[in-house]
Amino acid sequence: MLIKVCGPGCASCEKTQKIVEAAVAAKGIGAAIVKVKDFQEIAQLGVFSTPAVVINGVVKCVGRVPKQSEVEEWLD
Amino acid sequence: MEPLQPIGCGCTKPGTDQESTSSNCIPWAKIGVVGTLGLGLWFGVYTNLQSFATFLTYSLLGIARPSQLGDAVQFFVYDTPKVLLLLTLIVFVVGVIRSFFTQERTRRYLAGKRETAGNVMAALLGIVTPFCSCSAVPLFLGFVQAGVPLGVTFSFLIAAPMVNEIALILLYGLLGWKVAALYLGTGLLIAIVAGWVIGRLKLESWTEDWVQEMRAGEAIVFEQQLTWADRLEQGKEAVRDIVGKVWVYVVAGIAVGALIHGYVPEDFMAGIMGKDAWWSVPAAVAVGIPMYSNAAGIVPVVEALLGKGAALGTVLAFMMSVIALSLPEMIILRKVLKLKLIAVFILVVGSGIVGIGYLFNMII
Repeated sequence: MLIKVCGPGCASCEKTQKIVEAAVAAKGIGAAIVKVKDFQEIAQLGVFSTPAVVINGVVKCVGRVPKQSEVEEWLD
Repeated sequence: MEPLQPIGCGCTKPGTDQESTSSNCIPWAKIGVVGTLGLGLWFGVYTNLQSFATFLTYSLLGIARPSQLGDAVQFFVYDTPKVLLLLTLIVFVVGVIRSFFTQERTRRYLAGKRETAGNVMAALLGIVTPFCSCSAVPLFLGFVQAGVPLGVTFSFLIAAPMVNEIALILLYGLLGWKVAALYLGTGLLIAIVAGWVIGRLKLESWTEDWVQEMRAGEAIVFEQQLTWADRLEQGKEAVRDIVGKVWVYVVAGIAVGALIHGYVPEDFMAGIMGKDAWWSVPAAVAVGIPMYSNAAGIVPVVEALLGKGAALGTVLAFMMSVIALSLPEMIILRKVLKLKLIAVFILVVGSGIVGIGYLFNMII
């Protein structure tokens, strides 16, 4: 499973990263979490507000910090 | 740009796991009681602050009246809770209002707009749309991709940081509604005119090449269905987030203001930042442009400067240039704009601010 966390590195993006890491750990699954900081790459994913979470190429949320329980649902 | 249906994710109902906001029955009775009690308490405290500050300073602490120390202490004891009370209430209200204006929705409003009308709308939406400087680039790309004209995009990018509820409420609390209204009006004017001018210059080719090559019509949007309980929750969230962050600046700024208020002689600033020093407006703007501070840190300083003989136009110009233009934002924008476009942006907005500064110094 490939999880992309999109954001330039501001406070909310860091928070999102931590939440995703915690969710993956809680689920006990193997997943690669990649930070995407490059705006061009982010835009190519179709994302125009950050932070955003993309799981296996599917954009799951845009422009807000998700809750850990949400992320865990997406991982199912 | 059809909004995608969320794929069974929790995006539609944020906050469902902590509060029982998922149910559709909103506890109106509870909200009404808590709201009324809260507002009553708020007004009770707010209207008695002046007498409390006087009592604390001169009776309880027994500071001689009149004295420099007494002036400074009373200023601090009165202004700090007053500004924090105002800030909390307004940030909550604006937080709730903001839940109606997402960046996606703003983008859609502006996509079909022509210049001029678009500039006006973009500047107005800049006040209420949630925005932070780190989201400036994605927002810019989203606007370009949705076909929002470049000048209209700039109107938004200028107004969003410059005209915001924190700046306005601090100006209102410390300097009165007239100055706050002036700031609101002129801030919008600069955003509208500067954006319009940049649009007229037709500088689309001065954005980075990959930005120009971006394909249109692929933005992914999640529509959130918010209940009123969610919106109130977002208001509370805003208070926790914003007031939690800026209260330190408010207290520090007012403390500095209090010292200046009590100890710096009247008319100290008149020679440097007074009306007669014609060069002071451009100088203040030139100093302010690279500086970065939020409104909470700058307004108490502005008040102190004004109290010591600085001219209103000069001081407002300084404040606008600090909040609207900053080095960190320019560095971020450099990823999507060529250097010459950033230079034009700074030049146009900077001249607008200088013009406003002179105008006020002439009128008032």
